[in-house]
Amino acid sequence: MSDLMNLIGRDLRLAVREGGALGTALGFFLVVVAMLPLGLGPDLNLLSRIAAGILWIALLLAALLSLPRVFESDHEDGSLEVLATGGLPLELVAAGKSLAHWISTGIPLALLAPVLGILLNLDLAAYPALIATMLAGTPAVSFLGAIGAALTLKTRRGGLLLALLVLPLYIPTLIFGISAMSAATMSPGAFGPSFAILAAISLASVVVGPIAAAAALRIQLQ
Amino acid sequence: MQTLTQRLANPTRFMELSGMMLPWLFALAAALIAYGLYLVFFVAPPDYQQGETVKIMYIHVPSAWLAMMGYGIAAVSSFGLLVFRHPLADVSAKAVVPIGAAFTFLALVTGSLWGKPMWGTYWVWDARLTSVLILFFLYLGLMALRSSLEDENLAAKLTAVLALVGVAILPIIKFSVEWWNTLHQPSTGFTSSVYPSMRTPLLVMAIGFSTLFVAMHMLAMRNEVLRRRVKAMRMVEVEQRDSGAHAIAQGG
Amino acid sequence: MRLIAENLTVERGGRTILSGLSFLAGAGEAVVLVGPNGAGKTTLLRTIAGFIRPVSGSIRLEGGQTDTTVAEQAHFIGHANAIKAHLTVRENVRFWATYLGGPREAEARVDLALQHFAISGLGEFPAAYLSAGQKRRAGLARLLVAVRPLWLLDEPTVSLDAASTKVLGAAVNAHLEGGGLVIAASHLPLGFARSREFDVAAARGIVPA
Repeated sequence: MSDLMNLIGRDLRLAVREGGALGTALGFFLVVVAMLPLGLGPDLNLLSRIAAGILWIALLLAALLSLPRVFESDHEDGSLEVLATGGLPLELVAAGKSLAHWISTGIPLALLAPVLGILLNLDLAAYPALIATMLAGTPAVSFLGAIGAALTLKTRRGGLLLALLVLPLYIPTLIFGISAMSAATMSPGAFGPSFAILAAISLASVVVGPIAAAAALRIQLQ
Repeated sequence: MQTLTQRLANPTRFMELSGMMLPWLFALAAALIAYGLYLVFFVAPPDYQQGETVKIMYIHVPSAWLAMMGYGIAAVSSFGLLVFRHPLADVSAKAVVPIGAAFTFLALVTGSLWGKPMWGTYWVWDARLTSVLILFFLYLGLMALRSSLEDENLAAKLTAVLALVGVAILPIIKFSVEWWNTLHQPSTGFTSSVYPSMRTPLLVMAIGFSTLFVAMHMLAMRNEVLRRRVKAMRMVEVEQRDSGAHAIAQGG
Repeated sequence: MRLIAENLTVERGGRTILSGLSFLAGAGEAVVLVGPNGAGKTTLLRTIAGFIRPVSGSIRLEGGQTDTTVAEQAHFIGHANAIKAHLTVRENVRFWATYLGGPREAEARVDLALQHFAISGLGEFPAAYLSAGQKRRAGLARLLVAVRPLWLLDEPTVSLDAASTKVLGAAVNAHLEGGGLVIAASHLPLGFARSREFDVAAARGIVPA
């Protein structure tokens, strides 16, 4: 357990020191959200109707941009090999690194979303639901994304391939994130079930993600 | 060198068996599909609502079914590779993916063509269409991952991991049907009330398509086994020529 | 304590690298793997470290802990240093000290390791500022931060000058005197006290056709 905390602490410290990565992801999030109204036209009614969808998709794309970092540097500088000879199972190494990614990227993106909601004329009543669904949904983004990051460690054009592999895995999260949001604004009673399923998807990916990522890492350590 | 010869020898029985079965399988598939098409065009009645366009169903339904079965075979083969390390498992997984993807594409296209007269549009974001589209993306991901890795062993194992992850996601997609429908139009069920006069041709077509699928899969597996044998032989040759150079260097 | 490898067969990328290889390393003994490029030195080290699963054969550490794998009782020094440019030298070494050896008295172990490899003066600087040789020494400092009986060294003297090579030699000799095992692959003379050469090419069981 202390090994796991130690690893997460190191990854968070590295994320802070390296700095640029989070800034890039947040900047990308902002730019995508700012571009879409320019493409769709400044109809505020239309924008507020589709704001939740825009925010979710932009968040997924921004998170995608930061995913290769999860294992890349540890693979390049040989740390992954040493981590593998430690007492911590590789599954927990993958889980710890995914969790560090969620804390260092997922949470900041989820917290920026309501700010960007202003640009899209998002209904005020939807703000609590927006923050809740994004905080509940982004763990799946990090933990499922780690599978893609591990699979594309040694591939050429890793980033593009990562998008192709990971985006289909994000579809359930997207569907339930959006349906919980619409429920919150249109029929408050239906928010609960959608939100519960969104959280269940996140919990399932916390289990599946590290197992699959560790399997992929183990194959590539050979 | 022992393991190399073992690998060459291991799928030998498969090659013998499949070589014997293949012509029969293709003949059976051709006969079944021909009979099925005869039933479809000369025996099965047009639908009282949809008219002749209902005949698309006889291609569409078997394709959609095989799209799912193809992924199932890919997943089972991947499991066989990762857990039992069976030498033919990866051959099967690699061979089935493009075939499954082709049937998925066929299901999407025929569904779309059927959708135009029925729904008035080629595409609807209905749960079933969306889930089949995701299946198509998963197939594309499997092919892209495999083709982007030089090392074939590495590619095989990593693709297998992805195939198994994809299986975990399929039930979730299936489960989302009800929830998705609360926001969008309800799914258009067509299996609920199929008349016997339509069921028999559908069944014949489904069996015919399945036989074709098995035959194509087997043929692709044979090609892959042969490709690997050629590669193994060439690698042995490279090693031999290399040691030849050593001998010359030492002799000189 | 003895490391026993029996009848190892290892394949990589469809090629048989090792076939039926057996060898033995005793306590207090350094085995230096020699052989031409591609003989399988690195493959053998990575197999012992648990990264590569052999097709057949077994590796065990006789007299070691029975409830942990061989890999968990081994230090693996590969070509890369496992040093993060954005952490200070001390933070780097301290992380491995706690990760590999537990949090108890980690600072003392870190001090000892930094001192031995003559980088205690650099502890507060980001590792990015270090020269290649200094980075290598910071990577090697991992050997001393956690007690593990088996050291696996793959070309450990790369980018080390003569003085630093001696420092590494001293660490290895002290480890051997304490009853440790060392298996190293190197093209260069390492200067270990009780070492014996093991020709992988001759022992790997593959007869050139």
